[in-house]
This record gives sequence, structure tokens and C-alpha cells, in this order.
Amino acid sequence: MLKVNNIETWYDLIRALHGISFEVKEGTIVALLGSNGAGKTTTLKTIMRLLYDLREEQPEKGTIEFMGVRIDRKDTEEIVRMGISYVPEGREVFPELTVAENILMGAYTRKDRKGVKEDMERLMARFPILAERRNQEAGYLSGGEQQMLAIARALMSRPKLLMLDEPSLGLSPLLTKQIFDIIKELNEKDGVTILLVEQNVNMALKYAHFAYLMENGRIVRADRPEVLREDEDVKEFYLGIATEQSVKGFKRYRRKVRFR
Amino acid sequence: MYGQLIVEGLSIGACYAVFGIAVVIIYKTSEVINFAQGEMAMISTFVAYHILNVYGWPFWYAFIGALFFAVLLGVFIEVCFLRPAKDPTVLGLIVITLGAEMLLMGLASWKWGAEQKDFALPFSFHKTHELFKGVVINDWSIAVFVMAAVLMIFLYIFFRYTKLGVAMRATQQNEHAARIMGIKVERVFSFAWGFSSLIGALAGMFFAARSTLDPAYMMEPFLRAFAAAVLGGLMSIPGVVIGGGILGILENFVGFHWPAWKPIVAFLVIVAVLCIRPSGLFARHYEKKV
Ligand SMILES: Nc1ncnc2c1ncn2[C@@H]1O[C@H](COP(=O)(O)OP(=O)(O)OP(=O)(O)O)[C@@H](O)[C@H]1O
Ligand SMILES: [Mg+2]
Repeated sequence: MLKVNNIETWYDLIRALHGISFEVKEGTIVALLGSNGAGKTTTLKTIMRLLYDLREEQPEKGTIEFMGVRIDRKDTEEIVRMGISYVPEGREVFPELTVAENILMGAYTRKDRKGVKEDMERLMARFPILAERRNQEAGYLSGGEQQMLAIARALMSRPKLLMLDEPSLGLSPLLTKQIFDIIKELNEKDGVTILLVEQNVNMALKYAHFAYLMENGRIVRADRPEVLREDEDVKEFYLGIATEQSVKGFKRYRRKVRFR
Repeated sequence: MYGQLIVEGLSIGACYAVFGIAVVIIYKTSEVINFAQGEMAMISTFVAYHILNVYGWPFWYAFIGALFFAVLLGVFIEVCFLRPAKDPTVLGLIVITLGAEMLLMGLASWKWGAEQKDFALPFSFHKTHELFKGVVINDWSIAVFVMAAVLMIFLYIFFRYTKLGVAMRATQQNEHAARIMGIKVERVFSFAWGFSSLIGALAGMFFAARSTLDPAYMMEPFLRAFAAAVLGGLMSIPGVVIGGGILGILENFVGFHWPAWKPIVAFLVIVAVLCIRPSGLFARHYEKKV
């Protein structure tokens, strides 16, 4: 469905993406994992063509294909219309618009008023918290509620592919699970393909069908989650489980605390 | 006596308010005080004058023509002067609008000359109606009140219930997110400038009918509308309307008791508000959640 081919993105003189390639197959959940500064957000922004404040056209090299059509030089508006939605890092709701107005903005590229109304009611039924706060300003919602709102808003354009940038950022474990369950349900029930960027590798590997690991603007691993979970490097660097050889020669597992 | 002062203060205040709305709309979208606002209205009013006196067409043709021109002028300035500035600082933007102001003023002096001209609206100052005993209101004031009221209602509906209006507010609150939604942010900016220029031209014609028409006649009304906008916090349309009313009445009272001080009332208001309560009288303190 989405094919990213050897793309390079530059921030002025700094190369943030060193030619990365990956693929998202229709109907799957694909996770894009990596530590801070690996270039995950940059990848999503490049796909959405949101690097508008840069001088050069981005990506400088490589191609991006969505359903067989090249989109790497199309406007964001057209990309949204073609069926890609993006839930940005840190939610980015419109703070002084009401919840309902926020959701309506997600349907900005759509022309069918009746369909928009119906979709809105359907989403309100699906996210009861948002229905309750329908006429409240989005800036006063809690972080978790804002994340739900950002997802609901992104769904209003009826995306075929939904890209989420760290949806679990700053959420409690319980809420994180809730968000992941929503993502799973969207994928299974509504058939939305999902590209998920996460720092919470453990969680992401539980839900994804396929995962890519990024480091310093490159893709370093690509495999199924079952395989990655058992990988020693992944365990040590991403899951925070170090395996050390102790003096007595048996393996000891230690949980490392990771600071973010 | 005071009743008359209040009525007159409110009517000129309503005119400041309308012009202040033009300032606020640009401030909200582009985050810059548009110092060319007055001159944009001035040129548009000159266009009406030109259509009236050179082509000899009826007033309403001139009126519509001027508004049409104002929209094009606003869009033109946004596209040609503001948009090319990449990652501008606030100071840079202010310098750009100041440059546009001088350019427009020079253009008007060259085309129509610097001498004062008469510009009349079909709403006379001499036709008065008695409101209460001893308090009269003239046609010009009635027209200003009607214009301000219609504009307020229109803007309320526009910003609350139309897709474009909500998208304008969305763009102003979070440009990045607006782009993600597929909103063409550049178009929103151009639209805001055209719209603001149109509202400015409306007020400009009323100011010209009240004083005279020359290339510099909008400098004072701009200062006052700016003061009204500062009173209202620069961000809110109801705020600027209330600010306009307060300023109009204040000015009239000061002018009645100490005529020499009248011209600097607006200036004092700006300084006082910026010192004491920079977010305006009616600011709603909004904490941004990151
Ligand atoms: N606007 C920018 N200008 C210059 N460099 C940037 C810009 N945005 C990001 N970078 C750099 O590009 C690299 C990749 O950043 P990116 O935001 O894509 O990382 P990320 O994988 O999303 O990290 P995180 O998990 O912390 O969100 C970083 O080295 C960052 O410093
Ligand atoms: Mg990121």
C-alpha cells in the first residue's frame, strides 16, 4: 500500500534520513521503532510533505508510493484526500476550538456534508468521552482525551492508512493500553492500515504485524515482532532487558531503568 | 449635554471598532500589526472617489468597486510582500508593513495629489433625528451603527458556523495541525488579508466622509483603531468593539472638557494598557497545554 523507496531528507545541511526504504502492506499494523532522534517523525513528515519550511523540496532523493501512485511531490491536501491521515507527535489539537469543531476540521478536505455528519456521530458513539465534552474547548481536555480527539479527528477524512506518531507519549499504562486497543480495533474492524511510530517498543511489538527499527536515519532491522522480541540487541537496547554473563557463568536478567 | 456626547462618542467609537476589527483579523492570522492598514483603506477610498468623480458613476457602483479593489489589494500585499519573507521575525514583518504603508501613500500622492478632497456618503451629518429630549443622532451615525451591527453578526456566524471560518481560527491556533488536516494555510492567509482590507475600506469611506480625503487622512483613525484593539487585547473581535466604544466616549469627554488633550487620548490609552494590562481589558487567560 505504502512504499517508501530510498528516501533522503535534509534539514539544511544535516541529513536526517540516509536513504530509508520500507513497506506497509494493506490491512496490517506496521511499527517504526527507534530511539530519540532516530528520524521517525521526520519520516512521517516527509511522507505527509509537511517539511514546508525547508528551502529544498523534500525528500531530496527517493520516491514514496501510495497505492501505486507517487506522492512525494504532491500537496498535503491531496495526500489527505488520497487517504493518508496523520496523528502528529504531541497530539496538536486546536486548543480553542471545541471538541466537535476539532473533529470537523479533520473532514476539511471532504465535500459530502451528510457523510461528514454521519461519521461524526459514529465517532462520538465510539469515543463516549469526546461526546460528553462535545462543546468544551479542546485545550482543557486531559492528555489522554486529547490523544483520543487527535485520533478521532484523523479518522474524519476516512483514511485508508493512518499514521500515528507516539500515541502513548505521556499516557499512563492503562490509557496506553486503551489507545492501543482502539488502534487494533480500527485495524481489524474497519480495515484501516496502520503505520505506528513508538518509543514504547514493548507495547508496539505486541500489537504490530511487522516492525522496522531505525537508528540515526537508517533502518537497521526489519522483521516480525516475534523474532525481534527474542533478539538480544533488541532486548538490551529497546526493551531494557540486559543479559549479562555473571562470574558464576549463568545468565541473569536485569531490568534497566530508562530515562526519557 | 452628556447624552449627546455619549451618542456621538459611541458612533465614532463604532467606526474605530470596525476599523479595529480589520487590524485584529490580520493580527490573529499573521501575528503582525499591519501598519499599512490605514493606507490600504485610504487607497480603496480613493478608488471610490475616482469612480465617482472621474467616471461619474453612481455612488453604489463606486462603493462596491472600492470594496472589490480593497480585497484584491489585501491579497496582493499578502502574496507579494509577506509571503516571500521566509521565517520572518516580528520586527521584519512590521518593517514590511511599514514599507507597504509608505509605498501606498506615495502612490496616492502621485496619482491623486496631496491636497484635501471632499468625499461624501449618502448619509448626511445634517439630517438629524431626535432620540430623547435634547439628544440627536445624524444619518452618518445611524449608518455606522447599522454597519457595525451587521458586521458583528456576520462575523459571529462566519467564524462559528462556516467551514472556512472555523478553519481560519484553527490555522491561527495551530498552523502545523491545520496543514495536517489538509487546510491550505497560504490561502487562509490571503483570504484573511483580503477580508481585512475590505472591512478596512468600509470604515475608511466613513472616516473620509467625516473628515476629508487626502493621502494621510487615515493616520489618526488608524492610531485610534489600534488603541481600541489594544484595549480589547488585540485578539478578540467583541473586545475591539467594546474598546472602540470606550475610546470614542472617552475621547469625546476629554475633548469637551480639555479640547487640547483630545488628540493624545488614544496614545495615552495605548501606553496605559501596555503598561498595566498588556493582554487587554477582557483577556481570558488561557494556559497552553503542551
Ligand atoms: N526542524 C529541524 N531542523 C533541524 N534538524 C532537525 C529538525 N527536526 C529534526 N531534526 C533532527 O533530525 C533528526 C531526527 O529527528 P526526528 O524528530 O525525526 O526524530 P524522532 O525519531 O522522531 O525522535 P523522537 O523519538 O525524540 O521523537 C534529529 O537529529 C533532529 O535533531
Ligand atoms: Mg518524533
